[in-house]
Amino acid sequence: MSQIQAGGGLRHWRSKLINPVLDKEFRLRMRTSRAMWALFFYLFVIGAMTFGFIYIMTVMPSGSSNSFDPSQSRLMFYFICVVQLGLVAFMAPGLTAGVISGEREKQTLNLLLTTQQSSTTIILSKLFSSLSFMLLLVISTLPVYSVVFLYGGISPKQLLLVFLFFTFVMVVLGSLGILFSTLFKRTMVSVIVTYGATLFIFAGTGFLYLLMSQVMEMTQRNSGTGYNPADYGWIGHIAAWNPVAAMFSIFDDSITEQVFMTRGGSTPPPIALWQEFLLFYSAVAIIAIVMAIRYIRPRYKRSGNGKG
Amino acid sequence: MIEIEGLTKTFGSFQAVKGIDLTIAKGCVFGFVGPNGAGKSTTMSILATLAAPTSGTVKVGGFDVTQHPKEVRKRIGYMPDFFGVYDQFKTIEYLHFYGASYGIPKAEREELIPQLLELVNLSDKKDAYVDTLSRGMKQRLCLARCLVHDPDLLILDEPASGLDPRARIEMREILKELKAMGKTIIISSHILPELAEMVDEIGVIEHGSMVARGNISDIQSKLRVKRVLYVRLLDRLDEAESFLRDQPLVGRLLRDEQGIHVHYEGQDEEQAALLMGLISSGYRVVSFSEAQTNLEDVFLEITKGGENVV
Ligand SMILES: Nc1ncnc2c1ncn2[C@@H]1O[C@H](COP(=O)(O)OP(=O)(O)O)[C@@H](O)[C@H]1O
Ligand SMILES: [Mg+2]
Repeated sequence: MSQIQAGGGLRHWRSKLINPVLDKEFRLRMRTSRAMWALFFYLFVIGAMTFGFIYIMTVMPSGSSNSFDPSQSRLMFYFICVVQLGLVAFMAPGLTAGVISGEREKQTLNLLLTTQQSSTTIILSKLFSSLSFMLLLVISTLPVYSVVFLYGGISPKQLLLVFLFFTFVMVVLGSLGILFSTLFKRTMVSVIVTYGATLFIFAGTGFLYLLMSQVMEMTQRNSGTGYNPADYGWIGHIAAWNPVAAMFSIFDDSITEQVFMTRGGSTPPPIALWQEFLLFYSAVAIIAIVMAIRYIRPRYKRSGNGKG
Repeated sequence: MIEIEGLTKTFGSFQAVKGIDLTIAKGCVFGFVGPNGAGKSTTMSILATLAAPTSGTVKVGGFDVTQHPKEVRKRIGYMPDFFGVYDQFKTIEYLHFYGASYGIPKAEREELIPQLLELVNLSDKKDAYVDTLSRGMKQRLCLARCLVHDPDLLILDEPASGLDPRARIEMREILKELKAMGKTIIISSHILPELAEMVDEIGVIEHGSMVARGNISDIQSKLRVKRVLYVRLLDRLDEAESFLRDQPLVGRLLRDEQGIHVHYEGQDEEQAALLMGLISSGYRVVSFSEAQTNLEDVFLEITKGGENVV
């Protein structure tokens, strides 16, 4: 079926873009029934949540009418985005935390490492193939968002931005998953550590922010000098590590101001939450990938004991 | 082909390899023998660039494993003692994947892979899923995999372990073919006889040190290991037995219907004299031969203690 004679140029590009490891990852992933079940589960959760939401909103008498209006539609959009973000947080570690340790446990890793494929190719191909699959999951939920467009309240630009945001979160969690999968010999350990890190990123940072804002408020109120929330606005940087806060700052600028305690004041917030989120986690992802590449093969000492 | 100098490898506080020196010439088939836990696999995985040496230098084809691992990988085909396969692949896809991973163009692979499958007798399994293959078949498939990039050196870690006798023989036949193709082969086993017929040299490793190495027959004679002679006679077996018992250098005797197994400590000279003695005493000898040398004994002798090893 795929024997159609493609142009020579196309084939050339294909061989450039698709290295053997990537090709293998794509093929093998789609041959397991796991891929199908993951897709099914993903769509089921997001579909069920959406319909549940619509049901509650239409059954509960909300003021004038019991039909949807744009503000409710926007609320629903936020809701679906949070569910989607939760699913991404759930799937990304599961799909990446075993990619290296799994091969090590199946005893195929050694064979792969003695080939001519570079550590960079192996790590990036593994990451890219997992991300492609996750992207497939996320894109397959697009029809759900069409409900939102039916009622308005959300611009296509916002939808595009939030999808880019999901992709970024997947890259970050995926890089961490691959790093732990490389560092830890056992998939079980790698999975637990990756979920732990994800939990910290999602819940830990939020908790830390709330805790710090309480602590700072108390100390500030008890200190002799005048109480000014802007003095401890720096704790907003903790909130910037939280994906949920960052996502909402894409929808609504005022969140950033609120978090940095600059609301109503004259000074603007130092940086939008999502911008800081992007900067911070780009660094995290890059470090994770570089470390994974370094640790997948033995590190030879760079001492000059070659002769002597 | 292989130059190892003062190689050591430590895991935590445990020293698995304690200063091995080893050179293996191109085209040589080297048997690496030693009991479990002796450090064979560790040494081989260092050769295969999968582990870093703690100290010492290891070179393959002139390239240092720590400085030019990629060049080393180009030249070796490594078969680990335990390995897995990608179950979802068909045999032919499996080989295509590794071929591609070594950068072999598709057109070349199309030609090469059927030949490899032929070599390891898996042509009829080319469209079977890898997880449906028997252990022996997987072992042969892995061997074919080692060969896709036509390496000069094969590092085979216990390729016959876990195989039934028939599969072992098949494996041995393939290895003979590879030897004939001029490959340098380093092959390990914890059972010496398994290697005896096909290797040019052996090295015996124990507790991380090389306790003996050289040509098999050299090692045997150095150790003055008992030969087992089989003397077949037409008649007068009882008398012959007591005659043999009185001869020098004769050890244990074992009778069966037609002949006598003689554990003999002499060399060729004495052995010839023994035969002449039998004949001149009038015994009707039908055959006088060295029974299959019991290399298991050689091995036990070697690993029992190093004092009689040069
Ligand atoms: N990764 C490792 N960590 C700790 N000890 C190891 C490791 N690999 C091997 N060893 C130890 O090193 C010794 C040599 O092992 P190995 O090279 O596999 O022996 P062989 O292949 O000769 O049976 C064994 O005692 C083994 O327990
Ligand atoms: Mg071993």
